[in-house]
Amino acid sequence: MPLLEISGLTHYFAGLCAVSDFHLAVAPQELVGIIGPNGAGKTTVFNLITGVYRPSEGSIRLDGRELTGQSPHAITRLGIARTFQNIRLFKDLTVLDNVRIAHYGEAAYSPVEALLHIGRFRAEEKRITVSALDLLAVFKLDFVAHEKARSLPYGLQRKLEIARALATRPRLLLLDEPAAGMNPNEILQLMEFIGWIRRTFSVTILLIEHQMRLVMGICERLVVLDFGATIAAGLPAAVRSDPKVLEAYLGEEAAP
Amino acid sequence: MNRTGTAYATWRDGWRRFTARKYFWPAVLACGLAFSIAADRYDFVDLYVQLIVIYVGINIILTVSLNLINGYMGEFSVGHAGFMAVGAYTASLITVHVLPQSVAAVGFPVAVLAGGLAAALIGFLVAIPSFKTRGDYLAIVTLAFGMIVKSILENIDAVGGPRGLLGMEKLTTLPWVFFWTALSVWVIRNLVYSNYGRGVLSVREDEIAADLMSVNTRQVKIIAFVVSSFFAGIAGGLFAHALQFINPRMFDIIKSTDVLIMVYLGGIASLAGSIIGAVIYTLLLEILRPLGIWRMVFMPLLLVVLMIYRPRGIMGLRETKLFEPLGDLVTERLWRKTKKEASDAAP
Amino acid sequence: MAYFFQQLLNALQLGSIYALIALGYTMVYGILTMINFAHGDLFMVGAFFCFLLAVYLKLSFVPTLLLSMLGVACLGVIIERLAYKPLRTAPRVSAIITALGVGLFLENFTLALSPYPKHIPPLLTNVTWTVGAVSISSLQVLVIVLSLGLMLILDFVVWRTKAGMAMRAISWDKTIVPLMGVSVNKIISLTFAIGTGLGGAAGVLYSLAYPVIDPYMGIMVGWKAFICAVVGGIGNVRGAMIGGFILGAVEILVAAFFPSTYRDFVAFTLLLGLLILRPYGILGRPQPQKV
Repeated sequence: MPLLEISGLTHYFAGLCAVSDFHLAVAPQELVGIIGPNGAGKTTVFNLITGVYRPSEGSIRLDGRELTGQSPHAITRLGIARTFQNIRLFKDLTVLDNVRIAHYGEAAYSPVEALLHIGRFRAEEKRITVSALDLLAVFKLDFVAHEKARSLPYGLQRKLEIARALATRPRLLLLDEPAAGMNPNEILQLMEFIGWIRRTFSVTILLIEHQMRLVMGICERLVVLDFGATIAAGLPAAVRSDPKVLEAYLGEEAAP
Repeated sequence: MNRTGTAYATWRDGWRRFTARKYFWPAVLACGLAFSIAADRYDFVDLYVQLIVIYVGINIILTVSLNLINGYMGEFSVGHAGFMAVGAYTASLITVHVLPQSVAAVGFPVAVLAGGLAAALIGFLVAIPSFKTRGDYLAIVTLAFGMIVKSILENIDAVGGPRGLLGMEKLTTLPWVFFWTALSVWVIRNLVYSNYGRGVLSVREDEIAADLMSVNTRQVKIIAFVVSSFFAGIAGGLFAHALQFINPRMFDIIKSTDVLIMVYLGGIASLAGSIIGAVIYTLLLEILRPLGIWRMVFMPLLLVVLMIYRPRGIMGLRETKLFEPLGDLVTERLWRKTKKEASDAAP
Repeated sequence: MAYFFQQLLNALQLGSIYALIALGYTMVYGILTMINFAHGDLFMVGAFFCFLLAVYLKLSFVPTLLLSMLGVACLGVIIERLAYKPLRTAPRVSAIITALGVGLFLENFTLALSPYPKHIPPLLTNVTWTVGAVSISSLQVLVIVLSLGLMLILDFVVWRTKAGMAMRAISWDKTIVPLMGVSVNKIISLTFAIGTGLGGAAGVLYSLAYPVIDPYMGIMVGWKAFICAVVGGIGNVRGAMIGGFILGAVEILVAAFFPSTYRDFVAFTLLLGLLILRPYGILGRPQPQKV
């Protein structure tokens, strides 16, 4: 049974069709890439999965459970976490707090216990802090735990964003253009890094990218979007030679 | 040799700081309480000075509680005086009409608490529009709320209409003000250094990202508004029983503006800043009293100059280490120690 | 029915003054995304300029109006240069608090110089016409016509002139406009001059219609006009006009049919309801969420 199953997903922005009849099934532990030119509707698909937008039509299921209509934090609690195309950290908060906030859904104490610092508060806070520090240590970010997120260099901010997403304990991790602004050498490192995350945290990964080098290198399967429509899907090698994909990427003349 | 010496010194300093912090707050609180009780009982402090200290305390409560919404959560509430009015009227009605004269002094904390709870209930209602509305539009919702409270009070004859309420005894004493001020700072500090408080901060930083990181933003907004308005209500109850009469005009937009100024003067998202802001503003207004109306010309100018040279206020987004919970520090110290031992043990 | 029309006329008069003030808020907001909370007090300064010019210089109506507008516009530009410009890159809220400070300064400075309310002498001979059972005063007509005229001129400036195009461009995207060779500082000054000048005009018209003025008169009127701007959709010039007329109508009609002390209550509750139904105002559009 697939972990994520999307069928007939369609979304309109004020009459403009951003995503039309999108189908996708992702098996556990798979690494699937969504590619396509700018404005193809890739990020919209992520926003629909995570509940930022409510789809006009279609269904999204995680482990057979319907996600459409649920609020973003509820969906995150069910096991989907994401990063953003343009990094969206809590910039004026510390690195540690960025990761601790992502534990919000699992903290087992009531507001009253929080206001008076009584009951389960101390034990839970200790657990959350240790869990956050452990995660930072895994990403080698623990030495900047008390820096403000905005003061980190770009590469570390990208890393922190992934760490923060993993702190919600996802089964499915959505990465929105993780290679944006990186040079070929850094992309090579990133490919290794993503593979490492998949093994270490045993998560399923869905990845948006338009850097062909990255997706060809690590994705097991690709879906190609253009103007909201799925124009190709399948193994990277097959997708690469698909005439429709070449046309979408390189324009009509380039198509054989 | 030299190396071990420095390591020892660091360790010793750390230990000293640790113990000092452990006993710092109990000592401050005990001294404050003892002094306020003594001053109240034996009258060795001038009554005028006592009254000013009472106002300072009330203003600290107002500032710290508004900072929760405007500083920590990053919204712009302009209706804080409305919550204060709800608390002031509720508490006064209870001490004047409900409680018999003989037990009024004993019942006073209950009356103040009831005022706080009434304000918290209204705060819950105001939180609901904040789910969908943000920024300037939420500012208007709170502004309209404040004006609605004032005009409702002006139209109810049972609470004196525009003339207001009279007949409260002077029940707000220094020990009570000290107690409520300390309680409000402590509770709001507890909230800020908790999961919910971090949720409040994340709403300020990026509401959508917060929601996607499992923060229940509606829950967070309700908690922030309820706690903030609760303490505004408490401040209102204390204010009414310090001044001994209230009328709707005391709680108009000018009062809300006063609190706003104290918040931004002290600095957003800072408890220490709020305390400093409230103390400086209240004392400066008193010290400059001989200038008459010109002090009200001078004060805004000072505020403008301060904003130009320190746009984030005195302590904006910074906090003294003294407010940080010890638990966090201990947890992290232990964690680092274990990690170091583990890495030392590894070949 | 005649009573209703009578009140409608009053509503138009009050609404046009609110609209004039709301325009100042909305123009400044459109360009700087900053709420100029001193605007209500600039309106008050306009009324006091009117008093000074009419009583001490014995000027007639037209020069009084023009000089008051000019004076308030200059004051607005000076305030922008001294107090707001240094804060353009600071957190938005610092500018708002500064504006509150400037407002308090204007109020209390005026109060220090003139502790008692002032009476504005009648600058114009007031004629009253009677149409059916409705009596129309020439003053009312003047206030309404002048305000509408000023709004039409503003609408023309914003939509039909080069400077207006620059204003709209800045409110659309502040970073790109300087690249097109537009001096942002000049446009901001111009916006402040026009916005506060209209506020000054509102001050003069208000003090003709309600001739007792005091330094705190700008607070309530200012906040109400701000609400008008938001109800119309802040940053939207036509929305501000609509918001002004709505609030004027609501206030006058409520006072006409209910005890007058209910006026603020009903007006604010209605506006609150409207904002909850349309959280971005009547003509405002929600900022698209970019994720």
